[in-house]
Amino acid sequence: MEGIALLTVFILSIFVGFEVVSKVSTVLHTPLMSGANAIHGIVLLGGIMVTGAATEPLEIGLGVVAILLGAINLVGGFVVTDRMLEMFKPKKPAADKSGGAA
Amino acid sequence: MSQTWVQAANLLAAVLFIFALKGLSSPRSARNGNLLGAAGALLATGILFVSGIPLNNLAFIIAAIAVGSAVGAVSARRVKMTQMPQLVALFNGVGGGAAALISVIEYLEVGSQDRIALAATVFTVVVGSISFSGSIVTFLKLQELMTTRPVIIPAGKFVTILVAVATVVGAVWLVVSPQAWLLVALLVLSLIFGVLFVLPVGGADVPIVISLLNAFTGLSVAASGYVLQNVLLIIAGTLVGASGTLLTREMAKAMGRPLTSTLFGAFSGTTAGGAGSGSDRPVRSASPNDVAIMLGFASKVILVPGYGLAVAQAQSTLRELADLLTEKGVEVDYAIHPVAGRMPGHMNVLLAEASVPYEQLKEMDEINPEFSSTDVVLVVGANDVVNPAARTDKTAPIYGMPILDVDQAAQVVFLKRSMRPGFAGIENEILYDPKTTLLFGDAKDSLTKVVAALKTV
Repeated sequence: MEGIALLTVFILSIFVGFEVVSKVSTVLHTPLMSGANAIHGIVLLGGIMVTGAATEPLEIGLGVVAILLGAINLVGGFVVTDRMLEMFKPKKPAADKSGGAA
Repeated sequence: MSQTWVQAANLLAAVLFIFALKGLSSPRSARNGNLLGAAGALLATGILFVSGIPLNNLAFIIAAIAVGSAVGAVSARRVKMTQMPQLVALFNGVGGGAAALISVIEYLEVGSQDRIALAATVFTVVVGSISFSGSIVTFLKLQELMTTRPVIIPAGKFVTILVAVATVVGAVWLVVSPQAWLLVALLVLSLIFGVLFVLPVGGADVPIVISLLNAFTGLSVAASGYVLQNVLLIIAGTLVGASGTLLTREMAKAMGRPLTSTLFGAFSGTTAGGAGSGSDRPVRSASPNDVAIMLGFASKVILVPGYGLAVAQAQSTLRELADLLTEKGVEVDYAIHPVAGRMPGHMNVLLAEASVPYEQLKEMDEINPEFSSTDVVLVVGANDVVNPAARTDKTAPIYGMPILDVDQAAQVVFLKRSMRPGFAGIENEILYDPKTTLLFGDAKDSLTKVVAALKTV
């Protein structure tokens, strides 16, 4: 793709990135950070591409490490975010039985 | 598969990422948002394999993905909720490392890139490496494998500036005259800079740095997308870079800390707080029975949970105490400081785990006016977030951070393990106040005893 087209995508993405998180409560700062962290794990794709094109052993070796790290970031990121957000689901009725605390 | 379909699938993945971030901004849609993001990542990865790009070394690729996914998923499943912030830091670091490596490999493979691609390569290597080594240091700090206090190395300011200048010069030189050894040197310099960058940051400010490094990794992923001419990497990386920058600013604001003083405060030499000084001053300590009586005969009690509560796994015991007090007709609220725990929102996650009703959790701005009409404040394993030094002592590393005004209440009870200062490493004057009572011991242990005593009151 042309450089200028990529630049367009880049600039527009900056605005979208600012826009989507402009109103977020403090409570969600940690899960949001963690979710964003998972999304940049998509760098895994880059690892697959360069390893797929590699011919020298050094390149292959480094590529395997890059894929490994990318996959940890991507999969681990989404899983740990999900675990945090599990806690935010609506309370089960069981929480009410302890004497009118709720 | 035709290129149009591949591009359409990548577009869909990009849209899913945007929905993911949007969803994560509101409690109701957060969990689904995260799942949408995961779906987008799965789609994009699957499409890559059938897109028709040449893939050598397929066995290595599949094996590395399998092992990496397993390591990521298992560590994310197994980690204790209290240790979750440092795991996020670690995940962020390895992402930055991956981006840096990818640009190095692409450089080795292609050999001659045009100037702009070279600049993008250099950017990815520098920023990705800083994010990698910086995140490792934040991990070590949060895991308390190294001191959580600001580390001031002799002539640190000078060394850091020197390394920064060398990195910039190396980066420019590499773009002008590309050489492999220079790329390696630049990688090493950036790794060192990442360490120097995070070392002087004090424990309480570490979450802000994690968020900043998260934005760094995003930008380096975007730059690697330019190197590889991959639009999805550019979009995803930029989204994270932009939203992460905004989030970092929001977090700093929530803690009342200008970003610059967080990052460079230690260099000005103002943060080496007087920890340990005066630890032999007299304090008033009490038995669990005394505490139970104070609480039982109060009409309004506010509970202030902190990281010590989480470490002792005492969330449910605290809830039991709250329920018991409510039964006795005492008005009970939880005061949640925005950065109670180790990260903004961390305490909410931990208390939700113990199924404390969401409505009883009051945020700082909401609860602060209520302290003056409160009989007893029970502080469980918190310290820095109630330390009035944040209001009064200009030399304290936490100066300027909004705190819970527990000193306004009629009586304050601290459940503490010892007189050791909090994460920020500074003394808390409230502990010596005549209206303060201390109950020493493990938070869970102490709470259990107070609950037992309260039943007999």
